[in-house]
Amino acid sequence: MGFPTRFKRGSATLGAEVLSRDTTVSTRATGQHAAAVLFFCAIFVFSTGIVPCVAQMVPAGEEVLITQGEIGKRGGRLVTSLRADPKTLNPVTVVDLPSKEVLGLLFADLIHINLSTQRSEPALAKSWKVSPDGRRYTLELRRNILFSDGVPFDADDVVFSFKVYLDENVHSPQRDLLKIGGKPLQVQKIDSHRVVFDLPEPYAAAERIFDSVRILPRHLLQQAYETGKISQVWNLTTNPKEIAGLGPFRIKQYTAGQQIVLERNPFYWKVDAQRNRLPYLDELTFIIVPTQDTEIIRFQAGDLDILDNISAENYGLLEKEQEARRYRLYDLGAGFQYEFVFFNLNDLSGKQLPEINRKQQWFRREEFRQAISAAIDREAIARLVYHGRATPLWGQVTPGNYHWINSSIPHPAKSIESAAALLSSAGFKRRPDGRLIDPHGEPVEFSILTSPSNMQRTRMATIIQDDLNQLGMNVQLVPLEFGSILARVSDSFDYEASVLGLASGDPDPNPEIGIWTSGGSTHLWAKSEPRPLTEWQAEIDRLMQQQTTLLDYRKRKQAYDRVQQLISQHLPVIFLVSPNVLAGVKDSVAGVHPAVMRPHLLWNAEQLFLRSVEPKTK
Amino acid sequence: MMVAGARKIWLSAAALVLVHIAVLSAGFLAPYDPVVQNRNLPFAPPMHLHFVDSAGKFHVRPFVYPWQPSGDHLQYQEDRNRIWEIRFLVRQEQPGNGTTHNASLRLFGVDAPGYVFLVGTDDYGRDQLSRLLYGGQISLFAGLLGAALSLSLALFLGGVAGYFGSWVDDVIMRGAEVFMALPWIYLLLAVRAFLPLHLGARQTFFLLIGIVGLTGWARPSRLIRGVVLSAKQRDYVRAARGFGASWSYILRRHVLPEASSVALTQGALLVPQYILAEITMSFLGLGIGEPLPSWGNMLAALQRYYVLNSYWWIAISGFALVPVFLLYYGLSDALQARLGNAGS
Repeated sequence: MGFPTRFKRGSATLGAEVLSRDTTVSTRATGQHAAAVLFFCAIFVFSTGIVPCVAQMVPAGEEVLITQGEIGKRGGRLVTSLRADPKTLNPVTVVDLPSKEVLGLLFADLIHINLSTQRSEPALAKSWKVSPDGRRYTLELRRNILFSDGVPFDADDVVFSFKVYLDENVHSPQRDLLKIGGKPLQVQKIDSHRVVFDLPEPYAAAERIFDSVRILPRHLLQQAYETGKISQVWNLTTNPKEIAGLGPFRIKQYTAGQQIVLERNPFYWKVDAQRNRLPYLDELTFIIVPTQDTEIIRFQAGDLDILDNISAENYGLLEKEQEARRYRLYDLGAGFQYEFVFFNLNDLSGKQLPEINRKQQWFRREEFRQAISAAIDREAIARLVYHGRATPLWGQVTPGNYHWINSSIPHPAKSIESAAALLSSAGFKRRPDGRLIDPHGEPVEFSILTSPSNMQRTRMATIIQDDLNQLGMNVQLVPLEFGSILARVSDSFDYEASVLGLASGDPDPNPEIGIWTSGGSTHLWAKSEPRPLTEWQAEIDRLMQQQTTLLDYRKRKQAYDRVQQLISQHLPVIFLVSPNVLAGVKDSVAGVHPAVMRPHLLWNAEQLFLRSVEPKTK
Repeated sequence: MMVAGARKIWLSAAALVLVHIAVLSAGFLAPYDPVVQNRNLPFAPPMHLHFVDSAGKFHVRPFVYPWQPSGDHLQYQEDRNRIWEIRFLVRQEQPGNGTTHNASLRLFGVDAPGYVFLVGTDDYGRDQLSRLLYGGQISLFAGLLGAALSLSLALFLGGVAGYFGSWVDDVIMRGAEVFMALPWIYLLLAVRAFLPLHLGARQTFFLLIGIVGLTGWARPSRLIRGVVLSAKQRDYVRAARGFGASWSYILRRHVLPEASSVALTQGALLVPQYILAEITMSFLGLGIGEPLPSWGNMLAALQRYYVLNSYWWIAISGFALVPVFLLYYGLSDALQARLGNAGS
């Protein structure tokens, strides 16, 4: 689904279900060093179902992570939704969004990006040291913590996990994300709880690449790996007892097309400020609900406890009944998703597409693209399509990404006059009947591909069509199924323009390399461009590469600011809006800290709890 | 009994003619260009016609109050401080953009910068009444033309099959069975996939009619073949043949008139089916594209739960379908009752 990018967390996925973020669950941890908690108490190993109402204490020597946040109440079941069945439960092969969402709760990573602060923080590694040249990372692992099947975790598991992800024969999608400058990083075990990572070259924000690299249990998977079967294990028919991870939950039951039930991991390595072991919830259920409208209806009916990615329209609908139906809504402002319209700037020599080739004479004119950008009424898009719950956009960094946005990029309002002036400076003229003609006298008309399954993009295109009509351009909207749009955009290049959306998975600019540099796997408008064709593209390529090796935030920001400026000036894509992140939570659910990044509500699933827990019915 | 039947035929036919005249004269009846967006008035509800203003004063001319947005969620309330009187037979310059012919004389309107939306606006602030009328041109005539195409094919092929019999009959009837088995909606999807991407509205319109018309001839042609089979056994047909009349003359003069009652009844049944076919395609986004209206793409907004839940007037073209369909089915019933009796 979409275009996997070379870089970690950058799996900026296209589409209706745009966004991808392979996050695991994180907490707002306090310090770098989680203190060992000395409590004299036996561990209750819980089998499923029976939950004794005794606070579960933490044994001596277990280096748990103490989290801050509201002290919750144990027990209960939380229900949320997934748009589709997960395809796998194997972290090595996972690519689809629903699977990633579930796996994020079953597994943990070494260093984690806190979605609330957008900064990295300790997870399974309780601390780490960086060598002065920025190439050697020494990670100190938590001692005496257990996998969800009760087996201890140590450095061998870490080495094993990285070996699997980096093995060429395994073809893990993670492999590309663990390469820096084209070369994989090296892993070495020092002792049972210390691991050294050697980077092939200095890399900015290197600790971020550990995020979402899910640590695998060596005791369960080593045999499968040695027999070359690692990519076939842990599918949806696997017995849940054979799957273990370090995440807050473990799988309990899966019913195809209906639901996935997760149960509390009784050995989870995080505790709250009162040393109660997390997570608070006994169960977390994902119901599979294929459409957003059905989700809304079920949320209104009280079937779902939490719901994210609500569309602006449905948000308005839910808002009316907020009090009566006892839920609360969150409008988190601009997220990381950006919607844009772009023209086909691929090199079409060798393809039998003379018509598109002819029209590229217009698309390649910068004035033409600038005129279109000037004519588009972004405010109207935000108002009509998103009911005001979106931010007009003139660059790829959304206002939600406050660490990296270049705030000096101009935000010109819609102006048909300046658009017309740009066009006439490029030799375009208006015929007496109002149609725009190019310098050769050909009328300017082109088509925009939209997917009927994505109503918002179709409606944005309708507004653009009307705006461009005012310039005398005849724009047709072509509804096409989403898959064939992607095929045309990435392979056959048989399209003129399209409206799509992308979302970065990380605030950091590194994952965006695949989008903005020529030859990148998500370089949508000119996929066939192995080398930069323009000077500004060459400059972008250079700056993007440069910033990956700069270790100083200010210098990187400077480079990325320039990239944003170049893009907004030369407009390889024309940005439209960034939709707000909208979420809804039942009043009974507490501990919620919605984040603008995915998963908006479940990123701190272990801290969620229910205010009035109903007694379990058995 | 007979008379009542005849009256029913004429009444429903006259009503249908009126409906078609109304949509054809959309340029006069519709107050606005159907594609012009009023981006400040999305989902404005239908305006109420008033005769008595807030001060209790009676006006001879009906008038409307402007909508004023209230709250942030596309809610509107009447602004009672201003009055926009409806004027009849107005000529005014309107922002049109050339996609439809902008008739300068309109049945009614209000003075600029006022506006009158008697059936509300859609999500881009386009006048629903104007869209309904212009959209009817596409939807109703797609049905009519498609049915005409189907019927002429059916008359020809059914006539030939029934008249000549033997292998001609076999070939045509087996062919008909193939066509009856074809799911037209998938056929249309397939054809659409083969054609160039950007079909203009006109091409799409004729493509729809073509496909729906070409796939729909099978059923009526079987009925017509049956009628022809029995008609060719009649004495006067034999006599004509005996006098050396050509097959086409006999078909035209003696046989097909027998089939006309079947054809008319079938036609009255086919038209609403084909209207529905166009609406289905446009509803799915595969028919007439934005910004031109058709009854199907007007309904497409209702796919969104939010719209379905909040704005009833978006369903206006659905409401308009009900009487049109009832009229067609009534006509078909009456035709069958009358011509069927007359035939036997």
